[in-house]
Amino acid sequence: MANSKFAELMQLPDGRGHFGPYGGVFAAETLMEAIGELREAYAKYKNDAEFQAELAYELKHFVGRPSPIYHAKRWSDKLGGAQIWLKREDLNHTGAHKINNAVGQALLAQRMGKRRIIAETGAGQHGVATATVCARYGMECVVYMGAEDIERQKINVFRMTLLGARVVPVTCGSKTLKDALNEAMRDWVTNVDDTFYIIGTVAGPHPYPMLVRDFQAVIGEEARGQMQEEIGRLPDALVACIGGGSNAMGLFYPFLADEAVALYGVEGGGHGIESGEHAAPLCAGKPGVLHGNRTYLMEDENGQIIETHSISAGLDYPGVGPEHAWLKDVGRANYVSATDDEALAAFHDLTRTEGIIPALESSHALAYAAKLAPTMGKEQTILVNLSGRGDKDIHTVATLEGIEI
Amino acid sequence: MSRIQHRFAELKAAGRTALIPFITAGDPHPDVTVPTMHALVEGGADLIELGVPFSDPMADGPVIQYASERALKHHVSLHDVLAMVRQFREQDSATPVILMGYLNPVEIMGYEAFAREAAAAGVDGLLTVDMPPEEAQELTAALRASALDPIFLLAPTTDRVRVERICQLASGFVYYVSLKGITGAGHLDTDEVAARLEVIRGATALPVGVGFGIKDGESAARVAAVADAVIVGSAVVNRMAALQEEPGKIPQTLADFMGELRRAMDQRP
Repeated sequence: MANSKFAELMQLPDGRGHFGPYGGVFAAETLMEAIGELREAYAKYKNDAEFQAELAYELKHFVGRPSPIYHAKRWSDKLGGAQIWLKREDLNHTGAHKINNAVGQALLAQRMGKRRIIAETGAGQHGVATATVCARYGMECVVYMGAEDIERQKINVFRMTLLGARVVPVTCGSKTLKDALNEAMRDWVTNVDDTFYIIGTVAGPHPYPMLVRDFQAVIGEEARGQMQEEIGRLPDALVACIGGGSNAMGLFYPFLADEAVALYGVEGGGHGIESGEHAAPLCAGKPGVLHGNRTYLMEDENGQIIETHSISAGLDYPGVGPEHAWLKDVGRANYVSATDDEALAAFHDLTRTEGIIPALESSHALAYAAKLAPTMGKEQTILVNLSGRGDKDIHTVATLEGIEI
Repeated sequence: MSRIQHRFAELKAAGRTALIPFITAGDPHPDVTVPTMHALVEGGADLIELGVPFSDPMADGPVIQYASERALKHHVSLHDVLAMVRQFREQDSATPVILMGYLNPVEIMGYEAFAREAAAAGVDGLLTVDMPPEEAQELTAALRASALDPIFLLAPTTDRVRVERICQLASGFVYYVSLKGITGAGHLDTDEVAARLEVIRGATALPVGVGFGIKDGESAARVAAVADAVIVGSAVVNRMAALQEEPGKIPQTLADFMGELRRAMDQRP
């Protein structure tokens, strides 16, 4: 393993936040001091025993870690190929992987003396996670959310309100996640002295992509040990969905040097890549600069960001974390897509076969695993990151099927 | 000597502060932009900041966000913006034009291709809001190779060491953002601005423009007393937005507004 040609990937990013040509710090001068302050604070607490001990305690007792891995035996038999295992991030407190990062950043904010927290959210999972940790630590919380997403995710909006957060609808641009991110950046610029911006994914200006990855890497670290314990070796493939890419990066990172483990990131294929209506920048976009980093983007020939489409609000984002962009270019990970229909089919399949209702985001990973498994031998293993539970999506699925709840 | 340097030298000799209005190219309609640029100059503008519309203007308040949206309804691209500057230059070869916007449209065109085409069109400088000095080496080299001035922002939070570092990369002038926040925001504290300008002037001989929070003759005059240039954005764009249904009235209205600012700036004690 030490000889792996990919071992050096684990040393990234470099000091300036670059993953190859991607990442970096592309932010307004007004934010540079705050970004520098965060970089220094994280460098200090990353290796601070007391910080790490508190984080570990919170992850165990508040989040409920470690999350189990689960052998989806009936579904594997039905698909007739590789054995599918699920990393059960859906069993975390608040129902998704997002809480891992929200706890980490909130503890960092506390140590930096920032009492006001802002966040952006798409599906609402990161917003709920952030509102949850703010309630837990007694911090003020403002969540920016696209007006269209507020409509799609009413239950999560109410959850955030119950938790004491103020949810601010964003009505400019396409009224989705990217616009919520723009608005959160504007808030941060304006209130930079007392405000900590908890970014929910592995994107944004350095150090965010690294910081969020590190807080999510607990997923892959646990999974490595758990797979060895259960099957005596590492899985042959890892599959995770990708919006910004935090659950995928958290699962992939501890396996980067294990060349024999194939990595698959599954983007939101919407109505199909050929339709142009999708959210798959790694599959069909090109490099550019947005939201503080250089990465693959959905953009037109003039560099304007174009609107994305996915059935899942959490994947409906025109960019992707810069580390994924680099893993694509160097060939360490494969980036593929699953359409809305494929994701829905997998949603129903897992629900009926295993008694687990997956989030629509995670259903994209399941849909690809369902394609991959029959091409592999029965003795082989696929580990899918079940990044969230599907309760929040019940309304969306019901509406699509013409059922009024 | 670049057109920007030349203009600041002239103004200095005359003991005047530069007036720099900002408009977004293509707002509210592409046909309005060039006549408006001429009207701004007639009204008293010394340089023009021409905004390149972008889909995700993260550092701008609602006024300039909506200006971008209006321009993008007409699909105004960076190529179109350069064509507007080329047309402006047919009648005005003296007034410096600085493009201001976000990095991605320039990134997609390619730094060298952009610099060549912009220089050929008659552009004098570029300010990309989301490009700090840490990432700017390649872009500034391309701009310099085509004799364009890279313009950088300085913020209230920019410390002395950073000011020096930024001013080493910058030419033409530097743009001091007078308050923490987005464009179109808040109140202006002229004493604080004056104190910060002293620090900046200790680090560079470049002219210092001040923008953000200047909305009328009174605030323009206060800033003019301490800065080398007064930059007015949202207040100009607001007047354009109010006339989006009768765009024919925009040039004269803005010429009048420039005259009002100019008089207030020149009358200061």
